[in-house]
Amino acid sequence: MKPIRNILDKIKPQVQKGAKFHAFHSLFDAAETFFFVPDAVTTKGSHIRDGVDMKRTMFTVVIAMVPALLFGIWNIGQMHFKSQGIDFELMDAFLYGFIKILPLILVSYGVGLGIEIAFAQSRGHEVNEGFFVSGMLIPLIIPVTTPLWMLAVAVAFAVVFGKEVFGGTGMNIVNPALLVRAILFFAYPSAMSGDKVWIAEKADAFSGATPLAELTAGHSAGLSPIEMMIGAYPGSIGETSTIAIAIGAIILLFTGVASWKIMTSFFVGGLSMALILNFFAGSFPDNTYLALPAWEHLLIGGFAFGGVFMITDPVTAAQTEKGKWIYGFFGGLIAILVRVLNPAYPEGVMLAILFMNIFSPTIDYYVIDANIKKRMKRAKLLLNNN
Amino acid sequence: MAAKEEREPLFSPKNIRLITNPINVDNPITKQVLGICSALAVTVKLEPAIVMAISVTAVLSVGNFIIALLRNSIPSRIRIIVQLVIIAALVILVDQILKAFAYDVSKQLSVFVGLIITNCIIMGRFEAFAMANKPWPSLLDGIGNGIGYGLILVIVAFFRELFGSGTVYGFQIIPDSFYNMGYVNNGLVILPPMALFAVATIIWVQRSRNKELIED
Repeated sequence: MKPIRNILDKIKPQVQKGAKFHAFHSLFDAAETFFFVPDAVTTKGSHIRDGVDMKRTMFTVVIAMVPALLFGIWNIGQMHFKSQGIDFELMDAFLYGFIKILPLILVSYGVGLGIEIAFAQSRGHEVNEGFFVSGMLIPLIIPVTTPLWMLAVAVAFAVVFGKEVFGGTGMNIVNPALLVRAILFFAYPSAMSGDKVWIAEKADAFSGATPLAELTAGHSAGLSPIEMMIGAYPGSIGETSTIAIAIGAIILLFTGVASWKIMTSFFVGGLSMALILNFFAGSFPDNTYLALPAWEHLLIGGFAFGGVFMITDPVTAAQTEKGKWIYGFFGGLIAILVRVLNPAYPEGVMLAILFMNIFSPTIDYYVIDANIKKRMKRAKLLLNNN
Repeated sequence: MAAKEEREPLFSPKNIRLITNPINVDNPITKQVLGICSALAVTVKLEPAIVMAISVTAVLSVGNFIIALLRNSIPSRIRIIVQLVIIAALVILVDQILKAFAYDVSKQLSVFVGLIITNCIIMGRFEAFAMANKPWPSLLDGIGNGIGYGLILVIVAFFRELFGSGTVYGFQIIPDSFYNMGYVNNGLVILPPMALFAVATIIWVQRSRNKELIED
């Protein structure tokens, strides 16, 4: 770390107020806090619960994403070679996937951080690590063939209108990474759905439909539960492998970064909706999606990824403890409902989570309101008894 | 009258401001936040937006003028009904004229011409201005608010048509070579929510340039 410190110390005087490169002070701050813990401390009565700060929280989430990312990289290469019918080694697949995913990651971070720094600069805020996680999540939830310019447009729009207009990190109403996907989905539907987009340089003869698309079309998913869990099938880059996502979930839960209440209730909500729909499968034989075993719903598509990395985002989730249960439960419920009953959207997780993001303040409001009423009642009882 | 009232010149600074204020600082859409609904509906393409802007300006200015003429004889208890009758008559006129001379656009606008009746700007200006002012200033106020409304409509429609369809006023602007290179029109811009984003952006730009408009 010493050489980095030396470099930073050398640059520091040049970005001070009045110095030549003051315009770049936000960028410098960002770089400095990235490498070193800031020495700013609370001056008035502090409330220390833990030594954890935003940087460490964010970094934990990124570490939790690594298994899904690595699997995604392998899966890009694996699907490509399989569709072309070429034999390949493990490293070939990794290399090919890495070459394909790197531009997506660079564009996502470049555009997002560029806008964040510009806004922080013009407002006199410090740049913080808010986009660190979003920038990594974005490449994981889009198809590998997404054109880079589309990604850049969507990231720019989402960061400006989803985050900066509300005041930046910690103030956003909806999850910025999911907003990027939603914008891509509505603005460029041809690049975000269908059976052509999920495999890089796919051979024409090879079917590239996701299991969800197959199910919506009335076929079977064509995968055994074990295959669903491993995840070597077409889909958004990071969403396919339930095992890799489960490793991430364990990291998040073990470190306490993600709320176990939201995560559990999300899966319970999805499971119960799927069970209800299974119940109706007999009455509507046309919709074979209804008959999909409930627990398989949790293994395919983006359900697991959404439940582990998206709905648990502490900024957009409900803040009250009771609210977290409600928030997660309805998220899972709506996700499966959209998935099965709306033929236009084979996957409902994105829309369900965005929907619940909007509703989380309302949920909190009523939870708090109920608590106030309960305590008022108790207080009145006490008063009357005395 | 004992003392002869001094006649105000037709285009006194005060009257000029009746036209210029609504275009900028007192814009019906961005400041008074009226007429948002039609801004969502007719701004997918530039042509209907322009026609809509002209129609609303015509209805608003003529209506303002008539209301101002009648203002002293309208019983205040039934004034809303009287106002509605006047608007409805004018809107039917506009609708018939459009059907006669610009049939295609009138078909595109379909029900939204009829819905000018419910455009909040018109009732808003009748109530807020024409009921309490003389005919000439009311006419100017109507023209000013109509233009202010139309301006926002045209700006929003320009960007929505450019990014959503690659055209402006029906002429292709984004060249074919772009499409060959993989450019795709933005489907989100066609959807109504994007008009809200566009209006919001205009409000954002306007308020950051003019700090007086910022509300607490």
